[in-house]
Amino acid sequence: MTLQEKIVALDRPILKVEGLTKRYGPRIGCADVSFELYPGEVLGIVGESGSGKSTLLSCLAGHQRPDLGHIAFDGRDVLAMSETERRLLSRTDWAYVHQNPRDGLRMGVSAGGNVGDRLMAVGARHYGQIRGKAADWLGRVEIAADRIDDRPSAFSGGMQQRLQIARNLVTAPRLVFMDEPTGGLDVSVQARLLDLLRGLVRDLGLSVIIVTHDLAVVRLLAHRLMVMKSGRVVEQGLTDQVLDDPQHAYTQLLVSSVLQV
Amino acid sequence: MTMSHDAQAYNFAYLDEQTKRMIRRAILKSLAVPGYQVPFASREMPMPYGWGTGGVQVTAACLVPEDRLKVIDQGADDTTNAVSIRKFFARTAQVATTERTQEATLIQTRHRIPETPLTEGQILVYQVPIPEPLRFLEPRETETRKMHELEEYGLMHVKLYEDIARHGQIATSYAYPVKVEGRYVMDPSPIPKFDNPKLGQSPAIQLFGAGREQRIYALPPFTDVVSLDFDDYPFASSKAPHDCDLCGARQSYLDEVITDDRGGRMFVCSDTDFCASRQAQGKVGRLGVGQAEGAK
Repeated sequence: MTLQEKIVALDRPILKVEGLTKRYGPRIGCADVSFELYPGEVLGIVGESGSGKSTLLSCLAGHQRPDLGHIAFDGRDVLAMSETERRLLSRTDWAYVHQNPRDGLRMGVSAGGNVGDRLMAVGARHYGQIRGKAADWLGRVEIAADRIDDRPSAFSGGMQQRLQIARNLVTAPRLVFMDEPTGGLDVSVQARLLDLLRGLVRDLGLSVIIVTHDLAVVRLLAHRLMVMKSGRVVEQGLTDQVLDDPQHAYTQLLVSSVLQV
Repeated sequence: MTMSHDAQAYNFAYLDEQTKRMIRRAILKSLAVPGYQVPFASREMPMPYGWGTGGVQVTAACLVPEDRLKVIDQGADDTTNAVSIRKFFARTAQVATTERTQEATLIQTRHRIPETPLTEGQILVYQVPIPEPLRFLEPRETETRKMHELEEYGLMHVKLYEDIARHGQIATSYAYPVKVEGRYVMDPSPIPKFDNPKLGQSPAIQLFGAGREQRIYALPPFTDVVSLDFDDYPFASSKAPHDCDLCGARQSYLDEVITDDRGGRMFVCSDTDFCASRQAQGKVGRLGVGQAEGAK
């Protein structure tokens, strides 16, 4: 891509979602969600448990099929793709960071193997290069080089989560889905992880959709915010604007419920 | 004779004709799609799982009265598994049997490919314990099927990566995964990787039967079979760095035999027919005895 093409590309949304609806029988998972995500943008989705934010994320990432609506990635209709294309996409241009690192890692495989997994899945067949890249990425997520042959089960929770991030970013994806990436970590580890994430997102120019119930996380990471309640988007806007001047009653409740130390 | 009376109570080659028909269909399908695991309705056989029930069913479906059957177990014609299966078919199908690879029209094998090159018209039937090469990496059957369907074989290389990371080389020495005709990744059954190069471009038909897992797969004659590897860690077949102590063969796969409790040991060809025929030609290894004295 030439510089000019890159600049033009910034003007086109990388992900365009229209009227996305997912029902579980008579119940609503999420209803009539529409938004656009631009390259390099971080979109936060907040809301209480059961508000449909995880359903929305799994529909976007192709783990579930929505009942209604359209999803376009880079102008391509995601829902009309064949499974082969969609799985290829999820190994190359997309990444998915699970809340529980055990869901996103291969626990029986060494840290280096976990990072190399995605490379080998897209056809890397040179051991030295795979290992070099794995070592490089472990360094970037602050995992000591001598832990490259240890299994993730020997890692702490925070290290496992960082390893999961390295494993996802090694193929230079353009769109990253994150489901509560800091859930289950204690606050100091959370802070370090957020710091790391913020750096990576900025350096790599990633587009990110991050689902969380932790307002501090979106305050730090997200450019824009969507607030969900009962499967619907009740408010969206710039993060600081939504958090400092909430308009919807539910958002006001959410913001005022944060405990102050 | 009670023996022949009993034999008449069986259908030819033990299985009933409808079952053989069903298995033959699976075999034809597997030959049409090399390396693809075709499900079949595996029957209970009068031997326990793990003793070659899959191979036996494939053999039963392929046998015709004119066949000459050879059965080997780890290359040997005279071990329990080989002897009992050979007897089974001698009794239920009254086919001729042999220990000589060249003379056999159908060879059932457990964990080896004979040293003597196979020829056109021969069928090699493998006994397979676990047909799914991805099984120990991905426990879900639904997922492994999808991976075969979509040709997602990166995981196989993750296993080889782990080998190199841990042992400095690809330590997988048997059941070494192969790619067939550039499409399906296949488990060649637990043959030593020494035998892998013999899988490809073989003039014989190679059939793989897994009884417990109910799968049949195949390599038609002259199929491309490539052992998976890395660019900088290429596939290398391996054997014990010795010559056969009985027949002196340098290029055959060897078994190590402990001969006493003071570190004494010998290496002998695992293919007994190959070794015996070399000795019959007068070839003698380090510990071999001349033919006149009656070797082995």
